[in-house]
Amino acid sequence: MSRQSVAAAHKKIQELSWEPMYHEPVKHYGTDYTFQKAQKRDPLKQVLRSYFPMQEEKDHRVYGASDGAIRGNMFRQVQERWMEWQKLFLSIIPLPEISAARAMPLLFRTVPNPELHNGQAIQMIDEVRHSTIQQNLKRLYMNNYIDPAGFNNSLRNFQSDYCGTIGRQFAEGFITGDAITAASIYLTIVAETAFTNTLFVAMPAEAAANGDYLLPTVFHSVQSDESRHISNGYATLLMALSDESNHQLLERDLRYAWWNNHRVVDAAIGTFIEYGTKDRRKDRESYAEMWRRWIYDDYYRSYLVPLEKYGLVIPHDLIEEAWNQIWNKGYVHEVAQFFATGWLANYWRIDAMTDKDFEWFEHKYPGWYNKYGKWWENYNRLATPNGHNPIVFEDVDYVYPHRCWTCMVPCLVREDMVMAEVDGQWRTYCHEMCKWTDETAFRPTYMGRETPNMGKLIGKREWETLYHEWNWADVVSDMGFVRDDGKTMVAQPHLNLDPKKMWTLDHMRRCPPLLSPNVLLNQMSAEDRDAFHADYIKQGPAGRSSGSPKP
Amino acid sequence: MTDVQETVQERSFPKPVFTDAEAGAKEFPDSTARRYNYYEPAKRKQSHYEDVTVEVQPDPRHYLSQGWLYGFADGKGGYPLEWTALKAWGSDRPLPERGPGSGGKGYDWPAHGWHEFRDPNEEWELTLYRYNANVVRQMTQNIQVARQAKAFEQWNPNWIRFVEQHVGAWMHPEHGLGLYLFANANRRAPTNMHNNAISVNSMHKIRFAQDLALYNLTLSEEIDGFDGAAHVETWNSDPTWQGVRRTAEALTGIDDWCEAIFAANVIFEPLVGELFRSNLVQQAAAGNGDFVTPTVVGAGEYDYAQRDLRYTRAMFQLLTSDREFAEHNKSIMAQWLSNWVPQCLDAARTLQPLWSLPDSKPPRFEDGLDRAKNRFQGILSDLDLQVPEELAQ
Ligand SMILES: [Fe+2]
Ligand SMILES: [Fe+2]
Repeated sequence: MSRQSVAAAHKKIQELSWEPMYHEPVKHYGTDYTFQKAQKRDPLKQVLRSYFPMQEEKDHRVYGASDGAIRGNMFRQVQERWMEWQKLFLSIIPLPEISAARAMPLLFRTVPNPELHNGQAIQMIDEVRHSTIQQNLKRLYMNNYIDPAGFNNSLRNFQSDYCGTIGRQFAEGFITGDAITAASIYLTIVAETAFTNTLFVAMPAEAAANGDYLLPTVFHSVQSDESRHISNGYATLLMALSDESNHQLLERDLRYAWWNNHRVVDAAIGTFIEYGTKDRRKDRESYAEMWRRWIYDDYYRSYLVPLEKYGLVIPHDLIEEAWNQIWNKGYVHEVAQFFATGWLANYWRIDAMTDKDFEWFEHKYPGWYNKYGKWWENYNRLATPNGHNPIVFEDVDYVYPHRCWTCMVPCLVREDMVMAEVDGQWRTYCHEMCKWTDETAFRPTYMGRETPNMGKLIGKREWETLYHEWNWADVVSDMGFVRDDGKTMVAQPHLNLDPKKMWTLDHMRRCPPLLSPNVLLNQMSAEDRDAFHADYIKQGPAGRSSGSPKP
Repeated sequence: MTDVQETVQERSFPKPVFTDAEAGAKEFPDSTARRYNYYEPAKRKQSHYEDVTVEVQPDPRHYLSQGWLYGFADGKGGYPLEWTALKAWGSDRPLPERGPGSGGKGYDWPAHGWHEFRDPNEEWELTLYRYNANVVRQMTQNIQVARQAKAFEQWNPNWIRFVEQHVGAWMHPEHGLGLYLFANANRRAPTNMHNNAISVNSMHKIRFAQDLALYNLTLSEEIDGFDGAAHVETWNSDPTWQGVRRTAEALTGIDDWCEAIFAANVIFEPLVGELFRSNLVQQAAAGNGDFVTPTVVGAGEYDYAQRDLRYTRAMFQLLTSDREFAEHNKSIMAQWLSNWVPQCLDAARTLQPLWSLPDSKPPRFEDGLDRAKNRFQGILSDLDLQVPEELAQ
């Protein structure tokens, strides 16, 4: 189609929107935001007559590349260290994608502009595309990569594992609660606009550096749909801003959504990019450098800050605090170390860091070795079973952390841990902000105003509690992370596939039982609890006990 | 634009390394376990469609040990089964209780009958883009050929009015139902298999609405005096159309997602949609010198008859033959029938004056309605449902 006919076609399909005369459509979802009805322009300007062939063409390229990768024996060159983390990533991501599709109708009745609904429907089907194309990529990995364990039980793993649970926020947050908080601010304004660049651009680059050029093909194709979604969010945001009474809620939601995305996405993607790569060229960007570019400069400075003049209250302090967490407090390193500590509760294999990795970390994050080096040497030493237990039970000066009740990542930056008794339970939070999210934001009133549509944090949010006092062999079997011989574990703290070097349920059987930190916390007297907190915030970095000398 | 003079920092590239991480390179536990093992396939072998669809949307009755994490203000998260009155076997089992020391196990897969549904069209991204891209390509070509052949010059004035107003008006129920009934329902069903099929159905309808709008645009460019805005007026105030409009709006007001799909695809489509499209437009066009409109309308007809009805039938057949709740479901569907059949028949009858508009007359309205009713009865019998007495009205 010529440009002119595209414009004419787009103008024509505006005639499709009509207002009901006899019956209102069902209103399934609510919001505490208010919107004035106003003529709006559809920001997408997408006509299905050109959309479908365009997407089909993109598919041709993706599937052509997939065939090529198999014919060209790509898997003879992929790094297992990298591929193993894809077992986690690709178990998580199809759900957030499909949840974004499911989120679109939350906006139909709450944002009263039928011109925007066409774009939302296209986003819906884009997201069906993303979810199924990613399931398909994972299937291809399962079929062609040396170790299919972890891919083959992927969705069960994802659902029963605490890492999957952390990731699931990046899905359930889109589809529940206040419709605008969920489907607009959390999903579009923060998750898509800020964080998809790290997910779908930075990560694929790292995949390519590890011999996998299929992931980039698929994810760049996914990302090429993203700019449309960002336009959807922007249009809704501008409408929300035009009503002064929304500003307080926008401020609340940006703070919650920003912080939660930082906690969840930086934990996962940061770990994949820094600890899942074999590429240790000094000139390759670290996650911190990528973050500075994609999120700080492109999102914060270029996208958010200009919205200030429309009355948007930008969480400047939290942007800086997220950076502080990544740069000064080692957030990503602490998370990677925790994943590796708890390798036995997972469903992928985690490679040890070696001297070459140490050198790179020290170059990118000066002081890294003093904090984390010794621990990783211990991890390497304890990698294959040789009469000892997994590292979490051995004396390596690591205190098993408490879980953050809100973001469900453990409280790893120990000095930031806060506690509160909420809804009759003592809870630990990784940061003041996560406490605020639970205590203040997700409540039916906010700063004295009624917020009856705000969502609720629900569920069994500390994984360990489900297995309180269980033997580890039973824990691993219950989650189903066992290979087809009935005893070898899916997870391993090394990449050696020699069955004699692999950990089995027999090794787990000998370990001390799993104890839920939260159950123990709630059994404490008030005095003990205070002492516990005073000690906890003196721990770290790298999980060191409070008595250890600080690096 | 980057300044050409600027020194470009040379970036190194990672070197390929031989890792031998290919399937089959070693033997070890699970080295040959290359299939998704968390669900049971509907047939003997797992299909590609199932692999990319099943269990993506979790269920606390399966493996979701920590339960849903975010809820609405009423505390409900995820995809509550109560969002429809229909039930599949196992629906009444309590949610697995999890707490301190409970472990994570749920019921054995599939836990309840909803998870047994498979879309017989096996739609996922590859199939849905291929299908819809083919439809729009074919249609664009047909219209292009007709344009070159000056095919529209043969249309008599009455037929031109008929197409601009009435064929044009049909884009509106397609669009309205596509968005506010089908796209809306893609948030409501308890499995990914349902919701994906429903979202594909939604896109068929929105695409077909746009096909009609863009065809209308072409006609206003090709035919002198063709009024491209007439369809809006017709939809808004032509009394002939107000029955369809009232019914379409009522359909978008349905709260229960199963009722919405049932009322739209089992009742409204055969009694009103096919009546208008197949038993009026498709029958009348040729006699009035129009061989183009049937290719446009035919595409939408094919979407419904060959694909959307197909998954709908499979979905409700499971529920009317459910091992635990077949009778419960049938009695609820019978209520839906007695509520919606009269409204749809009313919409159909209100359309009757259209049959006398073209110069060359289509077969009689009553004959067309009989055919539509027969078709509807056939669908009901496939679903093992009784024909409601309201159909005789
Ligand atoms: Fe997406
Ligand atoms: Fe937290």
